[in-house]
Amino acid sequence: MPEASEAEIMEHQHQAQATTATSRELPMARSMCWHCQSEVTGEYLCGQCVKVQPLSRDLDYFACFQLPRLLNIDEQYLEKTFYELSRTFHPDFYSTKDESEKAISLGNSAFLNAAYRTLKDPIQRAEYLIRLEAGAVKDIRSNPPADLFEEVLELQETLETFRQLAPKGPSSDLEALRKKLQAEREHLEKRQAEMETSLQHKFNEWDQLQERAALSGQAREEKNTILREMQEILSNRTYVRNMVNDLLETMG
Amino acid sequence: MSRIVGIDLGTTNSLVAFMDKEGPHVIPGPDGQTKVPSIVGLTDNGLIVGDPAKAHLIRDPSHTIYSVKRFMGKGLDDVKDELKYFPYHLHEKNGVIRIEIGDKTYSPPQVSAMILKELKRRAEDYLKEDVSKAVITVPAYFNDSQRQATKDAGLIAGLEVLRIINEPTAASLAYGLQKKTQGLIAIYDLGGGTFDISILKLKDGIFEVLATNGDSHLGGDDFDQRLVDVMVDDMFQTQGIKVEGNPELMQTVRLEAERVKIRLSDETQAQAVIQLPNGTYEKLWTRESVESLVMDLVERTLGPCRNALKDAGLTASQIDEVVLVGGSTRMPLVWRKVEELFGKTPHSELNPDEVVALGAAVQADILGGHTKDLLLLDVTPLSLGIETMGGVMSALIRRNTTIPTSAKEMFTTYVDGQTSVDIHILQGERELVKDNRSLARFQLKLPPLPAGVPRVEVNFLIDANGILHVTARDIRTGEAQSVQVKPSHGLTDDEVEGMIRDSFQFAAEDIKARQIIEARNEANAIIVATEKALVRAANLISDKEAEGIRRILQQLGEVKAGDDHRVIRTKISEVEKTTHHLAEVLMDATLKEALESKKLSDVIK
Repeated sequence: MPEASEAEIMEHQHQAQATTATSRELPMARSMCWHCQSEVTGEYLCGQCVKVQPLSRDLDYFACFQLPRLLNIDEQYLEKTFYELSRTFHPDFYSTKDESEKAISLGNSAFLNAAYRTLKDPIQRAEYLIRLEAGAVKDIRSNPPADLFEEVLELQETLETFRQLAPKGPSSDLEALRKKLQAEREHLEKRQAEMETSLQHKFNEWDQLQERAALSGQAREEKNTILREMQEILSNRTYVRNMVNDLLETMG
Repeated sequence: MSRIVGIDLGTTNSLVAFMDKEGPHVIPGPDGQTKVPSIVGLTDNGLIVGDPAKAHLIRDPSHTIYSVKRFMGKGLDDVKDELKYFPYHLHEKNGVIRIEIGDKTYSPPQVSAMILKELKRRAEDYLKEDVSKAVITVPAYFNDSQRQATKDAGLIAGLEVLRIINEPTAASLAYGLQKKTQGLIAIYDLGGGTFDISILKLKDGIFEVLATNGDSHLGGDDFDQRLVDVMVDDMFQTQGIKVEGNPELMQTVRLEAERVKIRLSDETQAQAVIQLPNGTYEKLWTRESVESLVMDLVERTLGPCRNALKDAGLTASQIDEVVLVGGSTRMPLVWRKVEELFGKTPHSELNPDEVVALGAAVQADILGGHTKDLLLLDVTPLSLGIETMGGVMSALIRRNTTIPTSAKEMFTTYVDGQTSVDIHILQGERELVKDNRSLARFQLKLPPLPAGVPRVEVNFLIDANGILHVTARDIRTGEAQSVQVKPSHGLTDDEVEGMIRDSFQFAAEDIKARQIIEARNEANAIIVATEKALVRAANLISDKEAEGIRRILQQLGEVKAGDDHRVIRTKISEVEKTTHHLAEVLMDATLKEALESKKLSDVIK
């Protein structure tokens, strides 16, 4: 099971590519209110007629929360901002408004909810960031490495035997298999934890590089390297995690 | 702006509530009762709803509909296992169950609309103003079809449904508002026909649902059924009585089972007594015997609780408060099991029957723009997806995603000149299409171009009601495309419109039935009051006068059984005229009594 559905990530990809990684201006600043045509100076509401404004199609999840594209996030800030923006956009507060405002509130809320869901989870956050930056990282591979592959193949076989034996009731063979699978599970869980640790190192590396790059305006090559490495760890991790889930399901 | 009411449309009972400056209140009927039994009776004189219909259930079960919520948004296949328990015939048309009563058929939303109309009328009488807008609650685990059916019911009843809100979340609003709670709470809601568990985070007026789970087909009705099965079997074994095939007796047994179950929440034993044509059937139930009979049903609620915790990323010990909602949580067994699972004493301070309606009223006030500091962030209970190659469901929106939410999917063609793609929308957690709920199908129109060239983006949006909306856009032209979605288990717009028209047509009949009931109630009240007065005034009026009054009271007793409310009314005024002197005499006597017991100085002030 993937962490985030493909569609979710794809949803704003084409829009996000329009903004460059280094640009820190808020892309939601628009020139004109859809309703009264006056210049919109506020962030989400028109200063003249106080109508809610649709979020810009260029807006990415990080920008929506006014966050730089970093992978370590202040969770309290994220939640606080999510609640604030929910109070601004949620359809509950537009029930008595006209149809256009209702539609904008609905669209903005759906976007905000997707943004919060994605950024709240470190794995989804990293996957989303890789997508955002992927314009320059075309050759990201997503096959598991050979060593894992061998291990997984063997595990699949053991699992299959276990599934065949299990309905026949308890036996010493079954017990032996269960022990083997149990050990395998512990091993895989350990690997998953290791991967998550190295992922965290990559997150830190990325964040340091981003902060440096904001000053120097360079380091595209370095960035792409980190992105590629992250992607590899992420897909390996997904692989291991699916195996662990499979094990848990089979063994009950 | 007119007032918006909150409605709890329950399996067994329904309630209506409103909010004023002091907070939410449940609206009582003329008899002071807040619960309206969700029962509809179709008599020769039209429609009756609530308590009168409950009385009608034993007299004429084949014309009385109860627990209709179990049929909302369903096809016949979904309920085939329990068909034998219902005293009326069902069939299916366009994927929707139809209930046959006499020579008429009704869809479940139509029957629910009858209950909603009764609640609407109750609110209008109480508030002395028109009520046309409502928030209606549904079980959190209701799927799209069931939600849509509830919305249709509102429309048919002449209500604009501003929001469909989940019952446990509504309960949390009422609870959080009253208790000023912050932190993580679990709402365990076991009603008449459905079970929900919701885990929420309450912080600074935000009610964020983290996860929800449940069983939309598990509730007090199922507990009653277990008792019924035992008694039906017992009656056959001991007295040779066949209850099956005798709908009147079956309903009597069912109501007695419910009564015994409710009694056993306070007592340790209760006697079931059922009147038979020749004798009685009695059975002594102990709390223990009922608990062992329904143990597996109560335990079935624990799995969804664990799943909800898991989805919320929490352990039971992290939950700060557990709140019990729904009449079935009055059972000590339920209480114990919940306490065991969460390791803390559950809260049940708020009336578990009323808390959902109260919460709906709070939400109504939020939508009306009056309450601004509270906000509910709810989730969709089930994953939404589409059918892909090989009969597999591909999920687009995962369960427990905060709503509103949307997902986009791009569609193209595989054959040159292909002009349409069939899309099948599903809801559920299983891998294969056949194991999930079919929500709807639609055909996407594409321009005749070489394979792979057309690109149409379909947007699946779940709104704040948890109801799906589908739109499509041709990426090449940028133009919006209309999408005709055909629900798998829902009424079409045309059908709903037809039912709204019918409902106006039946309104005249319904008024007639109502007038008879009201006249009868009034007649009963007058008979009781006059009989009492006759006893008190035994020495104050002549025998002749007393006899005259008794004669006309007897006439009223005969007339009230008839079905013309005008005749009953005429007789009532005759009684009033005849008892005029009696009333005066009693008044004087009362006044005299009052004066005699007081000093002059007390009277002249």
